[in-house]
Amino acid sequence: MAKGRASDRTDVLQGTLDLMVLKTLETMGPLHGYGIARRLEQVSDDLLKLNEGTVYASLMRLLHRRWISASWGASDNNRKARFYAITASGRRQLTRETENWGRIAGVMARLLRTARS
Amino acid sequence: MWTRASLIVSRLRFALFRRRVDEDMRREIDAHLELLGDRYIRSGMTREEAYIAARRQFGNALSVREEIHDMNSLPWLDTTWQDLRYGARLLRKSPTFCVVAIMTLALGTGVNAAIFQLVNAIRLRSLPVEKPQQLVSLRIDQHGKGRVGRGQAGGVFTEPLWQEIRSQQTAFSSLIAWGNEQWDVSTDGEAVLGRGLYVSGTFFDALGVRAQIGRVLTDADDRKGCGEPAAVLSYGFWQARYGGSPDVVGHAIVLDRRPFEVIGVTPPGFFGVEVGRAFDVAIPLCAEPLMRGQFSGIGNRAFWWLDVMGRLKPDWTIERANTHVAAISPAVFESTVPPSYKVEWAKNYTAFTLTANAAHAGVSGVRTAYSTQLWVLLGATGLVLLLTCANLANLMLARSTARAREIAVRLAIGASRGRVVRQMLSESALIAGVGALVGLLLATWISQTLVRFLNAGTARIFVDLSPDWRVFAFVAGSACVTCVLFGLSPALTATRRDPADAVHLGSRSSTDGHEAVAIRRGLIVVQVALSMVLVIGAALFVRTLRNLGAVDLGFDPNVVVASVDLRRTTVRPEARTQAFAEIVARLGELPGVRHAAETLIVPLSGADWNGRIVSGGVVRDGDVHFNQVGGDYFRVMETPLVAGRTFDNRDRPDAPAVVVVNETLARRYFPHVDPIGQTFQMDLPPGAAQPTYHIVGVVRDAKYLRVREERTAAIARFSSTESSAMFLPIAYLAISQGTMRPPDVRIVVRADAPQRSLTGAQGAITRAINDVAPGAAVSYSAVTSYIDALLVTERLIAWLSGFFGVLAMLIAAIGLYGVMSYLVTRRRIEIGVRMALGAGPGMVIRMVLAESAALVGAGIIAGVVLALVAARYAVSLLYGVTPADAISFAFAVAALGFVGLVASWIPARRASRLAPTVALRE
Repeated sequence: MAKGRASDRTDVLQGTLDLMVLKTLETMGPLHGYGIARRLEQVSDDLLKLNEGTVYASLMRLLHRRWISASWGASDNNRKARFYAITASGRRQLTRETENWGRIAGVMARLLRTARS
Repeated sequence: MWTRASLIVSRLRFALFRRRVDEDMRREIDAHLELLGDRYIRSGMTREEAYIAARRQFGNALSVREEIHDMNSLPWLDTTWQDLRYGARLLRKSPTFCVVAIMTLALGTGVNAAIFQLVNAIRLRSLPVEKPQQLVSLRIDQHGKGRVGRGQAGGVFTEPLWQEIRSQQTAFSSLIAWGNEQWDVSTDGEAVLGRGLYVSGTFFDALGVRAQIGRVLTDADDRKGCGEPAAVLSYGFWQARYGGSPDVVGHAIVLDRRPFEVIGVTPPGFFGVEVGRAFDVAIPLCAEPLMRGQFSGIGNRAFWWLDVMGRLKPDWTIERANTHVAAISPAVFESTVPPSYKVEWAKNYTAFTLTANAAHAGVSGVRTAYSTQLWVLLGATGLVLLLTCANLANLMLARSTARAREIAVRLAIGASRGRVVRQMLSESALIAGVGALVGLLLATWISQTLVRFLNAGTARIFVDLSPDWRVFAFVAGSACVTCVLFGLSPALTATRRDPADAVHLGSRSSTDGHEAVAIRRGLIVVQVALSMVLVIGAALFVRTLRNLGAVDLGFDPNVVVASVDLRRTTVRPEARTQAFAEIVARLGELPGVRHAAETLIVPLSGADWNGRIVSGGVVRDGDVHFNQVGGDYFRVMETPLVAGRTFDNRDRPDAPAVVVVNETLARRYFPHVDPIGQTFQMDLPPGAAQPTYHIVGVVRDAKYLRVREERTAAIARFSSTESSAMFLPIAYLAISQGTMRPPDVRIVVRADAPQRSLTGAQGAITRAINDVAPGAAVSYSAVTSYIDALLVTERLIAWLSGFFGVLAMLIAAIGLYGVMSYLVTRRRIEIGVRMALGAGPGMVIRMVLAESAALVGAGIIAGVVLALVAARYAVSLLYGVTPADAISFAFAVAALGFVGLVASWIPARRASRLAPTVALRE
């Protein structure tokens, strides 16, 4: 049971994955779980080696926070699949997180640059 | 912070649809794996390779599904639900234990909740009116002086005072006044008394009470003169009498033979503002003169019959209102001094001050009357509940011993102690929860029965017993407390043992730690102590009741009281005296009637007439109580004449006024002289006729107001100077000398044979009365029922405490039996060795009994100490016994000693019958 025992590292990793999934849905529009996994693989140029199952845990977390919504639809080969779409509050969260990341990245870059000299 | 809370809400939301979510997830993941597999197949792998590769890429599908499953609930919710289901399963396996535990707990909780319901209804509940916190009741602080004039029980104000307060106050947005009365609501034949209210026009409006049908009284209905008097019915009366028919509006209702138009009905649940009292019919204050005629209270500055309440203005507090009414008091009282008052009375009167008191729970005479009793009962039921918990704790301890192995295994494979304790507690929680629910159902029934018991006499008490949130909270609270009390300790003890020891258990030898045994012993001591307190209490209250039943009343209460009302007859006021005399003569001639006599006031009926007397030109200190009786009165009541004579034909209205006094009056006001021939006058306002009364006879003391007369306030003042003030000083005037006779009188009738009841003869009596005065209204009561009503609480407490005492002994006996059996089993090997070495069965029995005697003895001592402390609180409820009454204590010691002996006898005998070889084989 993760609650209460999750290390900070796991939380950060989870949070990062959630952000990636959220961004994917914003860019690509409604997708099913398999589609999200493929997109992540594509965007990271195959560098990101995560277990694709974690995407579903991430999707559940995002559903809890109502940043995405889910509905059943038909996939390309006409199979029944569940599609996830970002919500308005999800978009707002995405904006916030993006700014946050930008800020951290900037600080880290400056720090690391100075350390090198 | 908020996100945390909303997350929890989300989790719960998903928890409801968990199964579907899990199912959906499974389908999604399966589809995902299939797609992955297809991709690998397209890239050239074989089916099996693709399968493996897909799963490798996906990760552990099962753990993902598990993780998601766990996300959709709160962790503790899951485990608690698990524990409860497991607990339920365990309980189902031992149905007898389950049923016994639940039923005993239900009984304990139910009785507790029933008494609390009464406490709640009488003390705690707010009135079912609009914004009851704004209600304030007004009272008069008399600064130790009395009020002079005519009073009704519960009447605080006169009508002029009410008008004056109304015009001078500025603290209240509205003021209401009401007075209680009883009217004959029948249309013919035997009188049926209904409970009535005189209400001010503001009454219903100020309380925010709207009509159920029709309309309620408003200010417009309370104009002086009262053109068309209207009446409002209560919901209960409407249902009972008119079957809830809506065409009652506009109909006439006859009150004391006067017609009123029914204009509406109040909603159900509204009973007025006095807790303990309900009304049937309410009419406006302006209609009071119609009912009371010359005895009306309107404009009468010396008739105290109204009660007043106000609704505070929005920004006023009670303290501010109190200051305000105290400030306007001088003006209010100055302007309403009765003109007939003497100087001294007027001085006392103008010094009165008004006080404002919180009244969100209404006002109540019942509240003060029953408050100690209710708390004592609540304490007793609390003890009974504790006893049941102690018993259950013992049982739970035994059960946990049986599960010792299972618990050891759980602990060994890594369950935390807290987790196992929680699981064991869930079993207790189930028992406590179900027991409390059943108890709640029982409680309503029990409290209704109690109120019906209290209403058996003439005391008509009405309380709203519908359960409100306080009762539910109380029951929930007791469930939690009992669960912890009997579940926690066994659970903690069971998990304290080293798992290694437990796993090595032999099949039958008990390896309970010392702690478990000590707890069981301790519980028995506690049970015996608590039982002692209850049994001692029972003994004290039963003795009190018996003492009260044997009180010397000064007369024989087995008389029938016939109330005769001549209002509907053609008898003129001047002819009333003769009509009554003729009725009494007729009744005396009836077969089966030995004597009959008129009386103004029937003893113990609650009516009172008192005042001071003037003798030797000096107003004497202290109140004398008066009555007006016919000549045969003392013969009817069987009060012996001690000196002189009683009333006879000499005592006509034109003859000198005569009076018969009782011994207390003679002793107190005319000491050391022969009272016969002494005279006194009544302390009356100037202007009224001041007859000089000549004492012609002295009768034995008799009770007037209460069986426990010594509680009457008047006596309390004298008790320091007199050794035994058990009776009030009473002066009996001659009814034959009365001039202005009211239209009603009470006639006391004694039957021929001592035990002969006159209920059958009531018809004959009514006929005889109607022969003399056709159309007279006759109603019957009995002095014995007045006494029953006065003693009803003592009876209730005696019965209840007796029941609790017996129950307590039973529970303690069962507990003791269980523990002694257990202790004997524990010592089996030791007993076997002793017997093998030559000890006889007698010695074994003595051994076992000694152990039990030690436990019971300790409990008795503890109980005695507890009882001594507790009994002091209930001293006001006792009569003829002190809180440390030796006989009661001795009885309790003997009873519990006997119970202890009986309960330990069987295990002792079983121990003595053990064959040593069997015992040692373990």
